[in-house]
Amino acid sequence: MIHRLIAETIDELGIREKTIGVAPVGCAVFIYNYFDIDFAEAAHGRAPAMATGLKRTLPDRVVFTYQGDGDLAAIGTAEIIHAAARGENITVIFVNNAIYGMTGGQMAPTTLPGMKTTSSPTGRDVELQGWPIRMSEILAQMPGASYVVRRSVHDPGNINKTKKAVKAAFNVQLNQAGFAMVEILSSCPTNWGVSATDALKFVKEQMLPYYPLGDYKVADAVKNLVV
Amino acid sequence: MARGTIAIDENRCKGCELCTTVCPKDLIHMATYFSARGYRPATLVDPNGQCTGCLLCATICPDVAITVYRETKPAARQAVPA
Repeated sequence: MIHRLIAETIDELGIREKTIGVAPVGCAVFIYNYFDIDFAEAAHGRAPAMATGLKRTLPDRVVFTYQGDGDLAAIGTAEIIHAAARGENITVIFVNNAIYGMTGGQMAPTTLPGMKTTSSPTGRDVELQGWPIRMSEILAQMPGASYVVRRSVHDPGNINKTKKAVKAAFNVQLNQAGFAMVEILSSCPTNWGVSATDALKFVKEQMLPYYPLGDYKVADAVKNLVV
Repeated sequence: MARGTIAIDENRCKGCELCTTVCPKDLIHMATYFSARGYRPATLVDPNGQCTGCLLCATICPDVAITVYRETKPAARQAVPA
Protein backbone atom coordinates (compact mmCIF):
# COMPACT_ATOMS: atom_id res chain seq x y z
CA MET A 1 0.00 0.00 0.00
CA ILE A 2 2.75 2.41 0.97
CA HIS A 3 4.79 1.60 -2.14
CA ARG A 4 1.74 2.48 -4.18
CA LEU A 5 1.17 5.79 -2.38
CA ILE A 6 4.75 6.83 -3.10
CA ALA A 7 4.53 5.71 -6.73
CA GLU A 8 1.28 7.62 -7.24
CA THR A 9 2.79 10.72 -5.63
CA ILE A 10 5.89 10.58 -7.85
CA ASP A 11 3.74 10.33 -10.97
CA GLU A 12 1.32 13.04 -9.84
CA LEU A 13 4.20 15.41 -9.22
CA GLY A 14 5.76 14.40 -12.55
CA ILE A 15 9.19 13.77 -11.00
CA ARG A 16 9.82 10.19 -12.12
CA GLU A 17 12.90 11.12 -14.16
CA LYS A 18 14.59 13.07 -11.38
CA THR A 19 13.79 11.06 -8.29
CA ILE A 20 16.37 8.92 -6.53
CA GLY A 21 15.19 6.52 -3.87
CA VAL A 22 17.39 5.10 -1.17
CA ALA A 23 16.48 1.54 -0.28
CA PRO A 24 16.92 0.31 3.29
CA VAL A 25 17.84 -3.06 4.67
CA GLY A 26 14.66 -4.74 5.80
CA CYS A 27 11.43 -5.91 4.24
CA ALA A 28 11.62 -3.11 1.68
CA VAL A 29 15.13 -4.06 0.59
CA PHE A 30 13.89 -5.03 -2.87
CA ILE A 31 11.99 -1.77 -3.34
CA TYR A 32 14.19 -0.96 -6.34
CA ASN A 33 12.57 -3.83 -8.22
CA TYR A 34 9.15 -2.26 -7.92
CA PHE A 35 9.84 1.33 -8.97
CA ASP A 36 10.88 2.52 -12.40
CA ILE A 37 13.19 5.20 -10.97
CA ASP A 38 16.82 5.41 -9.86
CA PHE A 39 17.64 3.70 -6.59
CA ALA A 40 20.62 3.28 -4.33
CA GLU A 41 20.89 0.57 -1.71
CA ALA A 42 22.19 1.76 1.64
CA ALA A 43 23.89 -0.18 4.38
CA HIS A 44 21.58 -1.08 7.27
CA GLY A 45 20.24 2.12 8.82
CA ARG A 46 22.47 4.41 6.77
CA ALA A 47 19.86 5.51 4.24
CA PRO A 48 19.63 9.10 5.58
CA ALA A 49 23.42 9.45 5.35
CA MET A 50 23.44 8.17 1.78
CA ALA A 51 20.49 10.41 0.89
CA THR A 52 22.38 13.36 2.37
CA GLY A 53 25.30 12.68 0.06
CA LEU A 54 23.08 12.21 -2.99
CA LYS A 55 21.09 15.36 -2.31
CA ARG A 56 24.17 17.49 -1.66
CA THR A 57 25.94 16.37 -4.82
CA LEU A 58 22.80 16.37 -7.00
CA PRO A 59 20.66 19.15 -5.49
CA ASP A 60 18.25 19.21 -8.43
CA ARG A 61 17.13 15.63 -7.75
CA VAL A 62 14.39 14.52 -5.41
CA VAL A 63 15.87 12.11 -2.88
CA PHE A 64 13.79 9.99 -0.57
CA THR A 65 14.50 7.11 1.78
CA TYR A 66 12.12 4.28 2.61
CA GLN A 67 12.94 2.75 5.95
CA GLY A 68 11.40 0.32 8.36
CA ASP A 69 11.45 0.52 12.12
CA GLY A 70 14.27 -1.99 12.45
CA ASP A 71 16.32 0.18 10.10
CA LEU A 72 15.41 3.69 11.19
CA ALA A 73 14.65 3.23 14.90
CA ALA A 74 17.35 0.70 15.77
CA ILE A 75 20.64 0.56 13.89
CA GLY A 76 19.96 3.81 12.06
CA THR A 77 18.83 5.99 14.98
CA ALA A 78 21.99 8.11 14.89
CA GLU A 79 21.78 8.75 11.15
CA ILE A 80 18.15 9.83 11.15
CA ILE A 81 18.54 12.10 14.18
CA HIS A 82 21.57 13.85 12.72
CA ALA A 83 20.00 14.15 9.28
CA ALA A 84 17.03 15.86 10.93
CA ALA A 85 19.29 18.00 13.10
CA ARG A 86 21.16 19.21 10.02
CA GLY A 87 17.85 19.91 8.31
CA GLU A 88 18.84 17.93 5.25
CA ASN A 89 16.50 18.59 2.36
CA ILE A 90 15.37 14.97 2.00
CA THR A 91 12.11 13.06 2.37
CA VAL A 92 11.94 10.07 4.70
CA ILE A 93 9.18 7.49 4.60
CA PHE A 94 9.29 5.56 7.87
CA VAL A 95 7.24 2.38 7.95
CA ASN A 96 6.55 1.28 11.52
CA ASN A 97 5.13 -2.20 11.93
CA ALA A 98 6.51 -2.83 15.43
CA ILE A 99 8.61 -5.83 14.45
CA TYR A 100 11.66 -6.94 12.48
CA GLY A 101 10.07 -8.42 9.39
CA MET A 102 12.80 -9.56 7.05
CA THR A 103 14.87 -11.40 9.64
CA GLY A 104 11.96 -13.41 11.00
CA GLY A 105 9.87 -11.40 13.42
CA GLN A 106 12.23 -10.41 16.22
CA MET A 107 11.54 -7.68 18.74
CA ALA A 108 12.18 -4.19 17.40
CA PRO A 109 12.65 -0.96 19.38
CA THR A 110 9.07 -0.16 18.37
CA THR A 111 7.57 -3.44 19.59
CA LEU A 112 4.68 -2.74 21.94
CA PRO A 113 4.90 -3.67 25.65
CA GLY A 114 3.72 -7.25 26.12
CA MET A 115 3.82 -8.00 22.40
CA LYS A 116 5.06 -11.49 21.53
CA THR A 117 7.82 -11.84 18.96
CA THR A 118 10.29 -14.62 18.17
CA SER A 119 12.88 -12.99 20.44
CA SER A 120 10.38 -12.07 23.17
CA PRO A 121 8.20 -15.17 23.24
CA THR A 122 6.56 -14.23 26.51
CA GLY A 123 5.91 -10.67 25.43
CA ARG A 124 8.09 -7.56 25.61
CA ASP A 125 9.01 -6.93 29.23
CA VAL A 126 9.63 -3.20 29.61
CA GLU A 127 11.58 -3.74 32.83
CA LEU A 128 14.09 -5.82 30.95
CA GLN A 129 13.91 -4.54 27.38
CA GLY A 130 12.83 -0.94 27.73
CA TRP A 131 9.98 1.00 26.28
CA PRO A 132 9.12 1.36 22.59
CA ILE A 133 10.60 4.43 20.91
CA ARG A 134 8.31 7.05 19.42
CA MET A 135 10.46 8.39 16.59
CA SER A 136 8.12 11.11 15.31
CA GLU A 137 7.98 12.76 18.72
CA ILE A 138 11.78 12.64 19.00
CA LEU A 139 12.44 14.08 15.54
CA ALA A 140 9.81 16.79 15.99
CA GLN A 141 12.13 18.28 18.64
CA MET A 142 14.83 18.89 16.03
CA PRO A 143 15.01 22.51 14.92
CA GLY A 144 16.13 21.33 11.47
CA ALA A 145 13.03 19.22 10.84
CA SER A 146 10.27 20.94 8.87
CA TYR A 147 7.57 18.34 8.52
CA VAL A 148 7.12 15.37 10.84
CA VAL A 149 3.80 13.56 10.93
CA ARG A 150 2.44 10.13 11.82
CA ARG A 151 -0.17 8.41 9.70
CA SER A 152 -1.62 4.92 9.38
CA VAL A 153 -2.89 2.68 6.58
CA HIS A 154 -5.43 0.59 8.48
CA ASP A 155 -8.52 1.81 6.61
CA PRO A 156 -9.29 3.63 3.34
CA GLY A 157 -9.84 6.99 5.07
CA ASN A 158 -6.44 6.85 6.72
CA ILE A 159 -4.83 5.65 3.50
CA ASN A 160 -6.08 8.81 1.79
CA LYS A 161 -4.72 10.94 4.64
CA THR A 162 -1.39 9.15 4.35
CA LYS A 163 -1.31 9.86 0.64
CA LYS A 164 -1.74 13.58 1.33
CA ALA A 165 1.05 13.50 3.88
CA VAL A 166 3.42 11.68 1.50
CA LYS A 167 2.68 14.24 -1.18
CA ALA A 168 3.26 17.08 1.29
CA ALA A 169 6.59 15.54 2.31
CA PHE A 170 7.75 15.49 -1.32
CA ASN A 171 6.49 19.04 -1.83
CA VAL A 172 8.53 20.18 1.18
CA GLN A 173 11.64 18.91 -0.54
CA LEU A 174 10.69 20.37 -3.94
CA ASN A 175 10.41 23.77 -2.22
CA GLN A 176 13.83 23.37 -0.52
CA ALA A 177 12.08 23.58 2.82
CA GLY A 178 14.15 21.04 4.75
CA PHE A 179 13.75 17.67 6.38
CA ALA A 180 10.41 15.90 6.02
CA MET A 181 9.40 12.57 7.51
CA VAL A 182 6.15 10.64 7.36
CA GLU A 183 5.89 7.80 9.87
CA ILE A 184 3.33 5.27 8.68
CA LEU A 185 1.89 2.62 10.96
CA SER A 186 1.70 -0.58 8.99
CA SER A 187 0.93 -4.22 9.56
CA CYS A 188 2.98 -7.39 9.33
CA PRO A 189 0.46 -10.26 9.22
CA THR A 190 3.19 -12.83 8.52
CA ASN A 191 5.31 -12.17 11.58
CA TRP A 192 2.50 -11.14 13.87
CA GLY A 193 1.01 -14.53 13.03
CA VAL A 194 -2.46 -13.22 12.23
CA SER A 195 -4.62 -12.78 9.14
CA ALA A 196 -4.39 -9.61 7.09
CA THR A 197 -7.74 -8.38 8.37
CA ASP A 198 -6.82 -9.09 12.02
CA ALA A 199 -3.50 -7.33 11.47
CA LEU A 200 -5.23 -4.10 10.48
CA LYS A 201 -7.45 -4.50 13.54
CA PHE A 202 -4.30 -4.82 15.65
CA VAL A 203 -2.92 -1.60 14.18
CA LYS A 204 -6.13 0.19 15.04
CA GLU A 205 -6.70 -1.23 18.51
CA GLN A 206 -3.18 -1.78 19.86
CA MET A 207 -0.79 0.47 17.97
CA LEU A 208 -2.83 3.66 17.67
CA PRO A 209 -3.07 4.18 21.47
CA TYR A 210 0.73 4.01 21.83
CA TYR A 211 1.54 5.76 18.55
CA PRO A 212 -1.09 8.50 18.23
CA LEU A 213 -1.58 9.85 14.72
CA GLY A 214 -1.06 13.51 14.11
CA ASP A 215 1.14 16.33 12.90
CA TYR A 216 4.10 16.52 15.24
CA LYS A 217 5.83 19.34 13.50
CA VAL A 218 4.72 21.48 10.61
CA ALA A 219 7.08 24.44 10.39
CA ASP A 220 5.59 27.79 9.46
CA ALA A 221 7.56 27.76 6.22
CA VAL A 222 5.84 24.60 4.97
CA LYS A 223 2.29 25.23 6.21
CA ASN A 224 1.16 26.41 2.79
CA LEU A 225 2.46 23.17 1.21
CA VAL A 226 0.26 20.96 3.34
CA VAL A 227 -3.20 20.35 1.96
CA MET B 1 -29.30 0.91 -12.00
CA ALA B 2 -25.73 -0.04 -11.57
CA ARG B 3 -23.62 3.02 -11.07
CA GLY B 4 -20.32 1.27 -10.85
CA THR B 5 -18.57 -2.05 -10.92
CA ILE B 6 -15.15 -3.48 -10.27
CA ALA B 7 -12.86 -5.89 -12.04
CA ILE B 8 -10.55 -8.01 -9.91
CA ASP B 9 -7.35 -9.26 -11.51
CA GLU B 10 -7.17 -12.84 -10.24
CA ASN B 11 -3.52 -13.07 -11.18
CA ARG B 12 -2.69 -10.28 -8.74
CA CYS B 13 -5.13 -11.09 -5.92
CA LYS B 14 -3.49 -12.99 -3.06
CA GLY B 15 -6.70 -13.52 -1.13
CA CYS B 16 -5.94 -11.26 1.84
CA GLU B 17 -9.66 -10.46 2.21
CA LEU B 18 -9.07 -6.79 3.07
CA CYS B 19 -11.47 -5.60 0.35
CA THR B 20 -14.24 -7.75 1.80
CA THR B 21 -13.99 -5.84 5.08
CA VAL B 22 -14.34 -2.35 3.62
CA CYS B 23 -17.14 -2.75 1.03
CA PRO B 24 -20.02 -0.67 2.44
CA LYS B 25 -22.56 -2.85 0.61
CA ASP B 26 -20.81 -6.15 1.45
CA LEU B 27 -20.61 -7.12 -2.22
CA ILE B 28 -17.12 -8.66 -2.26
CA HIS B 29 -16.71 -12.28 -1.21
CA MET B 30 -13.99 -14.86 -1.51
CA ALA B 31 -14.33 -17.34 -4.37
CA THR B 32 -14.72 -21.04 -3.65
CA TYR B 33 -12.22 -21.98 -6.35
CA PHE B 34 -8.48 -21.45 -6.53
CA SER B 35 -6.83 -19.07 -8.96
CA ALA B 36 -3.88 -20.10 -11.11
CA ARG B 37 -1.63 -18.65 -8.40
CA GLY B 38 -3.18 -20.91 -5.79
CA TYR B 39 -5.22 -18.38 -3.81
CA ARG B 40 -8.94 -18.03 -3.40
CA PRO B 41 -9.47 -14.69 -5.12
CA ALA B 42 -11.96 -12.02 -4.12
CA THR B 43 -14.99 -11.76 -6.39
CA LEU B 44 -17.74 -9.22 -6.83
CA VAL B 45 -21.19 -10.65 -6.05
CA ASP B 46 -23.56 -7.93 -7.16
CA PRO B 47 -26.74 -9.39 -8.71
CA ASN B 48 -28.76 -6.24 -7.95
CA GLY B 49 -26.22 -3.73 -9.27
CA GLN B 50 -25.59 -2.08 -5.90
CA CYS B 51 -21.92 -1.22 -6.52
CA THR B 52 -21.43 2.54 -6.58
CA GLY B 53 -17.78 2.54 -7.58
CA CYS B 54 -16.83 4.17 -4.26
CA LEU B 55 -13.14 3.15 -4.56
CA LEU B 56 -12.80 1.87 -0.97
CA CYS B 57 -11.85 -1.66 -2.09
CA ALA B 58 -9.34 -0.39 -4.63
CA THR B 59 -7.85 1.96 -2.02
CA ILE B 60 -7.16 -0.75 0.53
CA CYS B 61 -6.03 -3.44 -1.97
CA PRO B 62 -2.29 -3.92 -1.32
CA ASP B 63 -1.74 -5.52 -4.73
CA VAL B 64 -3.50 -3.02 -6.99
CA ALA B 65 -5.69 -5.89 -8.21
CA ILE B 66 -8.97 -3.96 -8.36
CA THR B 67 -10.02 -1.68 -11.21
CA VAL B 68 -13.07 0.46 -10.55
CA TYR B 69 -15.49 1.51 -13.28
CA ARG B 70 -18.19 4.13 -12.92
CA GLU B 71 -21.07 4.80 -15.28
CA THR B 72 -21.01 8.27 -16.71
CA LYS B 73 -24.22 10.19 -16.32
CA PRO B 74 -26.43 10.43 -19.39
CA ALA B 75 -25.87 13.73 -21.19
CA ALA B 76 -29.42 14.90 -20.47
CA ARG B 77 -28.87 14.65 -16.73
CA GLN B 78 -25.67 16.62 -16.69
CA ALA B 79 -25.86 20.17 -15.50
CA VAL B 80 -26.12 22.55 -18.40
CA PRO B 81 -23.63 25.39 -18.10
CA ALA B 82 -25.33 28.74 -17.81
